[in-house]
Amino acid sequence: MAALTREEVLEIALLARIHLDDDEVDRLQGELSSILEHMEALRAVQTDVEPMTHAVPMALRLRADAVEPSLPIEEAVGQAPDRADDFFQVPHIIKSGK
Amino acid sequence: MSLHYQPVGELVRLVRTRQLSAREVVAAHLARIAALDARLGTFLHIDEAGALRRADEIDAELARGSDPGPLAGVPIALKDILVTRDVPTTAGSRILAGWIPPYDATVVERLRAAGAVLIGKLNMDEFAMGSSTENSAFFPCRNPWDLERVPGGSSGGSAAAVAAGLCAASLGTDTGGSIRQPASLCGVVGLKPTYGRVSRWGVIAFASSLDQVGPLARSVADAALLFEVIAGFDPRDSTSIDQPAPRLSGALTAGARGLTIGRPREYDLPGVDPEVKRAVDAALALLADHGARIRDISLPNSAHALPTYYLVAPAEASSNLARYDGVRFGRRPEGASTSLLEMYRRTRGAGFGPEVKRRIMLGTFALRSGYYDAYYRKAQQVRALIAEDYRRAFAEVDLVASPTSPTPAFRLGEKADDPMAMYLADVFTLSCNLAGLPGISVPCGLTAGGLPIGLQLVGRPLDEATLIRAAAAHERAAGPAPHPPEMAAS
Repeated sequence: MAALTREEVLEIALLARIHLDDDEVDRLQGELSSILEHMEALRAVQTDVEPMTHAVPMALRLRADAVEPSLPIEEAVGQAPDRADDFFQVPHIIKSGK
Repeated sequence: MSLHYQPVGELVRLVRTRQLSAREVVAAHLARIAALDARLGTFLHIDEAGALRRADEIDAELARGSDPGPLAGVPIALKDILVTRDVPTTAGSRILAGWIPPYDATVVERLRAAGAVLIGKLNMDEFAMGSSTENSAFFPCRNPWDLERVPGGSSGGSAAAVAAGLCAASLGTDTGGSIRQPASLCGVVGLKPTYGRVSRWGVIAFASSLDQVGPLARSVADAALLFEVIAGFDPRDSTSIDQPAPRLSGALTAGARGLTIGRPREYDLPGVDPEVKRAVDAALALLADHGARIRDISLPNSAHALPTYYLVAPAEASSNLARYDGVRFGRRPEGASTSLLEMYRRTRGAGFGPEVKRRIMLGTFALRSGYYDAYYRKAQQVRALIAEDYRRAFAEVDLVASPTSPTPAFRLGEKADDPMAMYLADVFTLSCNLAGLPGISVPCGLTAGGLPIGLQLVGRPLDEATLIRAAAAHERAAGPAPHPPEMAAS
């Protein structure tokens, strides 16, 4: 029942923002289906307990809201694949008005 | 005197008393790396210039009469998942090739401040996903006991480099066994601390509720010394436990008398190699001879650890690895920028290897709308049951013992095409991470074919001292673990 269709594999890959070649889609369809089959065993486990979201119970700690030194701009953007001045550059997201 | 198998404490003593310079110690290790590492493939980056410069600083401090710290002049190499200022860090992935971090991880800062000399970055499975180091995007790493076999993983480079004497000790990370399993396969000691004990600041994230940094070393005392240096509260890690680092010198000599060690019935699995089973039974018998009580216990949910882990860890990974988007750092392929979506897809498609893609896909599946309750939430509930098993067991025993790995080192390529077979290599190590507990692997003999076997001990939260106590008692009773013959002769 856990077998994934090719369309599901492509849908998950889109959600994960990963381009897959055709042979990768074929391979992952088989591999993920087989791995998910092993996960099915969990369905039979009685679990009327709270989910454990972290390894150690702890309250989230907040630091004082004080100004601290941050990474210099040149170090922050210096290794970006594409930059413009002090900014990271990405492809157009909003169409220009022309 | 050959320096490459000296205990860490002895190197520190020699350097502090100026019988040897830090430069001599570091240069000897760099020479050994140059001679042997082409066969082993442990180093992804060797920082020769930086290491010699730092060694000279240590020697200068000593000449001025100041103390460089408890790791003065000790050559240490790091799993390449720990961020190091001005030294390339890849996490074993092509997507980070060429990246030079602008800061040090907290554990790196602490090692430097203790006088350690960082000599390079070690090979690993890409983003720590794997049990053989074959998932390194660069080249596989080999086991110094048999070059046709894997060193384990994901901290395989760390375990192999320590076993071969290429560094005095190393730090790795352990999300589901990635310190303990390679330590077992390479015949060294590997300690995975309690979750929250060691800072994760500057540790490239895999699964944030499971990841923990710890030492790999050639003796229990060496591992304890490194652990003392790196452990303790760090305000930059929101899950860091606000407790001082424990002092362990007492535990190293306290002996096994008075300890109760549990042996889970559920771990008597058909897939366990008979030689591994015999060696682990013998190790427990030896501890019993030295005053420990051994008793059978039950961890009823053990069989669920593997599916639980392979839902929780990939789900967290799919979220953590979203940051590799080709915008701020790392590689973006030529011509990928036709649209934002294409840029993401092409960057990640080209940058991630097969296992990382597999796990991101698995995690995305488990988290997606409509499936979350059936998979991710269910796994978190089973995780609570697994943790509860340990809580009950620790009411009766001080430690839980098992093999670290069901088999000794396997051959390169043997499991490479079968993800489930590879996942089973971690069947005994996963639940320790799920429950957030400390665990250690210590060498406990060799197979007839000369491959190392490891004993795993798991302890109560924050009770690394009892792990160290039992591990040291076993080591003293069994004698020092042997070195790989081929490397020892070199």
